[in-house]
Amino acid sequence: MSTKTIEEKQYLIRFKANTKSHLTVLDHDICSTNCPDKLCTLFCPGEVYKWEGARMQVGYEGCHECGSCRIGCPHENIKWEYPLGGHGIVFRLA
Amino acid sequence: MSEKFDVIVVGAGPAGTACAYTCAKNGLKVLQIERGEYPGSKNVMGGVLYRKQTEEIIPEFWKEAPLERPIIEQRFWMMDKESTVSFGYKGLEWGVEPYNNFTVLRAHFDQWFAKKGVEEGVLLINETVVTECIVEDGKVIGVRTDRPDGEIFADVVVLADGVNSLLAKQLGFHNELKPDQVALTAMEVINLPKDKINDRFNLQENQGCTIEIFGDSTKGNLGTAFIYTNKESINIGVGTTLSSMIKAKMKPYELLDYLKNHPMVAPLLAGGESTEYLAHLIPEGGFRAVPKVAGNGVVVIGDAAQLVNAIHREGSNMAMASGKMAAEAVIHAKERNDYSETSLNSYREALYASSIMKDLEKYKDAAHLFESSPQYFKEYVPMMNQAMSKFFTVDGTPKKEKQKQIIKGFTSERGTFGVMKDLYRAWKAVK
Repeated sequence: MSTKTIEEKQYLIRFKANTKSHLTVLDHDICSTNCPDKLCTLFCPGEVYKWEGARMQVGYEGCHECGSCRIGCPHENIKWEYPLGGHGIVFRLA
Repeated sequence: MSEKFDVIVVGAGPAGTACAYTCAKNGLKVLQIERGEYPGSKNVMGGVLYRKQTEEIIPEFWKEAPLERPIIEQRFWMMDKESTVSFGYKGLEWGVEPYNNFTVLRAHFDQWFAKKGVEEGVLLINETVVTECIVEDGKVIGVRTDRPDGEIFADVVVLADGVNSLLAKQLGFHNELKPDQVALTAMEVINLPKDKINDRFNLQENQGCTIEIFGDSTKGNLGTAFIYTNKESINIGVGTTLSSMIKAKMKPYELLDYLKNHPMVAPLLAGGESTEYLAHLIPEGGFRAVPKVAGNGVVVIGDAAQLVNAIHREGSNMAMASGKMAAEAVIHAKERNDYSETSLNSYREALYASSIMKDLEKYKDAAHLFESSPQYFKEYVPMMNQAMSKFFTVDGTPKKEKQKQIIKGFTSERGTFGVMKDLYRAWKAVK
């Protein structure tokens, strides 16, 4: 089957998650008070960022490490590092 | 690890490995550091690898490298919602030695390529992140890693750390990338039996085809989609500048599904099974976005130096060529025992004299023009489709009358002067 949802897509990938997040929302107040569009919840290709009503949840375990959130956050509110060596996404093919 | 190396290469993609390989082959002591589990595990590419620049590093690589198919046909689609205008080139000369380009799966290719470096004496360390360059008296003297006691020293550090290049940013070689300087691309690998691929793409054994798709593939936003044939799978992907993605409030994976379900595309994929989903940024800032590429004890290559020609979907070839040029500069620097910026600037000079920078310069205004003028993708592609439909539909209207109607169709939307201006600006940007 060809995938239809992001959940199905993410399920195809091997992740070796670290116990600690490599993505940090610097100031959660900015997300709740100053950012009506919450663009990261839209353009992140791994749907890592989810707005849970009052707080931005960061599902770093499914991160593709592309860098879009660091560049695209209009408030430069995301601290973006690489996961610890050997951790994070593991592409097997392309 | 307190020993000192001639060169530390950060990253094991095509740029880093081309550089590490060339340095080691010339007798330098090389350490290559990769943050992934293996080379290629963090790397993503639509899939076209060019023969020329690869061959200049490994002659006759096609006899042993893990390649998918030599590409014998390149198609281009200007796609609307229920139609497409297509053109392309198919030539059997591309299917025999020395070939033109190949589809590859990068996780396979990058591992093989890095192994060639190791065979020449490169010390490759995986699963290690370089967290910063160690700078002393304005000179890069080594790197700090995320391993305990992870400081390592070298005469030259080569930054091949990819599009985000946090290390080049740390050194102040470039500012943070802007959303209009990167393309966010999502792709899937879809398994399909070999016979199905050959039938659907009109191919024979060991022949490949690429399709680049403009227009409705990105819902008219600035970007492209692609379909590439592997041996027994298809890579399909779509990307737009991050700024366009943000402006249109699109989700990259929904855009990908829109493409997969498009009536012009779906029959090619029918019955296929998704096997991997990948997302990545492509540096598309072009000529003006290229950062400082040489400093005291340091050079920058590949995506880290933003060396991608988006118009011609070339990147891995530029990565390899820049890696080789950087290696040659480092080798000369060692002969002179001078690793200063002045000495390493021979890399910069070689790069700017090469076809890489000449090509990037040729298109230096293209990205900005298409970003600031959405009509090219949003309006002209549908207009072209309507024009072809009108012209080839036999309905009793004389051809001359049809031509008149077509031209009227173009000019009524944008005005005669507007069309002339758009044509002139597009020509100027790509000439």
